Amino acid sequence: MATTHTVHAHAAPQGFIRRYVFSLDHKVIGLQYYFLALSAVFVGMFLSLLMRIHLIWPNAQLPLIGAIKPETYLALLTMHGTIMVFFVLTTAPQSGFGNYFLPIQIGAPDMAFPVLNMLSFWTTLLAYIVMLAAFFVTGGAPLHGWTGYAPLSALPSAGPGEQLGADLWVTSIAIFCLASLMGALNFITTVLDLRAKGMTLMRMPLTVWSWFVTAILGLLAFGVLLSAGILLLLDRNVGTSFYVPLVVVNGQVMGHKGGSPLLWQHLFWFFGHPEVYIAILPGMGVASQLLSTFSRKPIFGYRAMVYAILGIGLLGFMVWGHHMFMSGMSPYSAFAFSLMTMSIGVPSAIKTFNWLGTLWGGRIRLYTPMLFAIGFVSLFVSGGLSGPFLAQPVLDIPLHDTYFVVGHFHLIMGVAAIFGMFAGTYYWFPKMFGRMMNETLGKWHFVITFIGTYCIFMPMHYLGMAGQTRRYSQFTEVAYQTKLLPLQTFMTYAAFVTIGAQLIFVINLFWSMKKGPKASDNPWEATTLEWTTATPPPHDNFGGHIPVVNHGPYEYSVPGAPRDFTMQTDPATATAH
Amino acid sequence: MGILSPTITRYPGTARGGGPVAPPNGGGGDHRNGGGSPNFGDRLRRARLGLAVGLTPIIMLFVSFTSAYIVRQGLPTLDEKTNQYVRDWLPVSLPWILLGINTALLLVSSVTMELTRRHITREAALAPVKSIPGVSLGDEKSFPWLALTTVLGLLFLFGQWMAWSELEARGFFIATSASSSFVYLLTGMHALHLLGGIVALLYAGATSLLKKPIETRRIVIDIAAWYWHFMALLWIYIFALLNFAR
Repeated sequence: MATTHTVHAHAAPQGFIRRYVFSLDHKVIGLQYYFLALSAVFVGMFLSLLMRIHLIWPNAQLPLIGAIKPETYLALLTMHGTIMVFFVLTTAPQSGFGNYFLPIQIGAPDMAFPVLNMLSFWTTLLAYIVMLAAFFVTGGAPLHGWTGYAPLSALPSAGPGEQLGADLWVTSIAIFCLASLMGALNFITTVLDLRAKGMTLMRMPLTVWSWFVTAILGLLAFGVLLSAGILLLLDRNVGTSFYVPLVVVNGQVMGHKGGSPLLWQHLFWFFGHPEVYIAILPGMGVASQLLSTFSRKPIFGYRAMVYAILGIGLLGFMVWGHHMFMSGMSPYSAFAFSLMTMSIGVPSAIKTFNWLGTLWGGRIRLYTPMLFAIGFVSLFVSGGLSGPFLAQPVLDIPLHDTYFVVGHFHLIMGVAAIFGMFAGTYYWFPKMFGRMMNETLGKWHFVITFIGTYCIFMPMHYLGMAGQTRRYSQFTEVAYQTKLLPLQTFMTYAAFVTIGAQLIFVINLFWSMKKGPKASDNPWEATTLEWTTATPPPHDNFGGHIPVVNHGPYEYSVPGAPRDFTMQTDPATATAH
Repeated sequence: MGILSPTITRYPGTARGGGPVAPPNGGGGDHRNGGGSPNFGDRLRRARLGLAVGLTPIIMLFVSFTSAYIVRQGLPTLDEKTNQYVRDWLPVSLPWILLGINTALLLVSSVTMELTRRHITREAALAPVKSIPGVSLGDEKSFPWLALTTVLGLLFLFGQWMAWSELEARGFFIATSASSSFVYLLTGMHALHLLGGIVALLYAGATSLLKKPIETRRIVIDIAAWYWHFMALLWIYIFALLNFAR
């Protein structure tokens, strides 16, 4: 009887709405997430462009927008950060690629709970709409930065954007938490329960490991952010004093008393630091996958890579205090947080050296996805090396409110993670859309983006060391900061060029969807399960059968094997003759 | 209300639940990983795993509330009149008798929920036997445990609402002091989660009304029951926290 169907035995639905809009298929949901993030990244990029223009031409009259006021600059800053962190860095690598490829890579026909999966996408979209709505309400978008420090974020009278705009901001974050929790639940259950026969934990591709650990981080971290958001909403609307001490705003005594602004910082950063790894771990997984595939070598130290991912995930929960060295914490706590933070350097270095070890002596094929994977390693190292500087309270205190920090986290969390997404897009595009992307356009895109992002974010380190303060809307009034303006100007021009280069990507993406050369089932000669199925994969992923896994994920150039790659489903005896 | 209790004896899909017929989508007898239609045990295990994972963020939510509660309790506050740091924690006088009754209601509802769960477990186990033509196990009418649980849950919520009214009558509003804010926060968030549990109970009742297959009903009731037990446990924890860390 039809009603005895199970969660993932649903037949391919007919009709446009069920197939592409309210779809239960993890592949469609993955693409929905991907395009949501793609639209968000352009909104976020546009906001950053406005900020860069304002920094060097503070009085410029922009078409449609007019002159940017200082408070508008803060609103741009807030929305740029929030949209990029939540709706791009959290959404695309994990929910986008993870949704599409995690079930296929472990040999499952779908996620464990497809309805929940669909619900989690639509909840994310709702959060995105609520977030964007903050631009259009009275007072505009909030001013409190993506970190939303109280009491600024808790007092509606604190500024023009802190009225309805800030309420929408908190509400959107809370909705996003719910969506992420649903997603994380699905990912974890799927990995634990739906692996194909033979897909042991130590045969899972490193991408799957990354998505799995990222989901665990999300499961533990987003609940805490949700609690922080609930308290903030209560402070803003019900008159409680969780975060707000006795304060006076514009000569008026507020009704609050006895709250602790540091409570927000603790709750926020207990989420905020794992969030950094939520953004970067999937990129690490993609980089590992691609470096091995395009070097035609097994990943160097597979087990070490797995333990490094787990180690980074674990340590990520013990270091949130390093965002709060400025808060006047006890030097002993600062020392402990500093020590834990430095120790993250160990698993990170293990990963970096293993990537280099994978490249060493490989027969490297420099296709566009590989270029972006190498770019990821480069940016990860460049952005990561400034981490141990900032991990030390003595250095962090002078550097904390300068461009040094901006340069650090943009390189490692922003650009490196984005390179992971680009690598993933170029690599999996043939599987997702059945066509190849254009290599020439891809290489141009890589070269300009790679050099361009270094030109934007590297100088920020020097600016920071020279004492240029972050979050300031203009530097033209302060004598010593004016001297640094030429470098800011250079960065703005670099931003123009880099953002322009992203048009090459978009053109390539949409043009290749329609006109690219047809892709074979396994164009990169890779080994993992997604390349064993048709291109694009059928509704149940493997066309009515379930693969049986006989090999590890990175068996390239195995001596004695008939080909230089042994697919995970190849017969176990394939290596014997 | 008896209509809410699972009394369907018709069992569609006789092959499942121990029958010898292979699942339709192949899978080579390897039910665990066979894809297609996994058997009933696999679905139950997956649902339970999902619930266990899903309870984690709820625990994290209340862990963060607890840490905020404890920290705030010990935090000195600047008194604007004397310009001195003072301790302003004002213990809330809670309506203990009312809360005690509510606790009892919730604990009893946990027991009735467990009876619901055991009943459907037995029914599911006997379903293949009943499907054999000519075999009759008697048309036993079971007590509507599920409906009783729902009523007890609603009574608990009503009791909590009465407790809040009583607090307001004693002059403790949500913004009165940090302590009263936390009392409303903890009890309110628990009530919200419990409301979710009641929705799950109503859904379980609806699966029965809609004559869904017994496997589906059993899974829904099993998950709702474990969630319900968790809610009772969470309430005990909150009750203890408010009692011992006043």
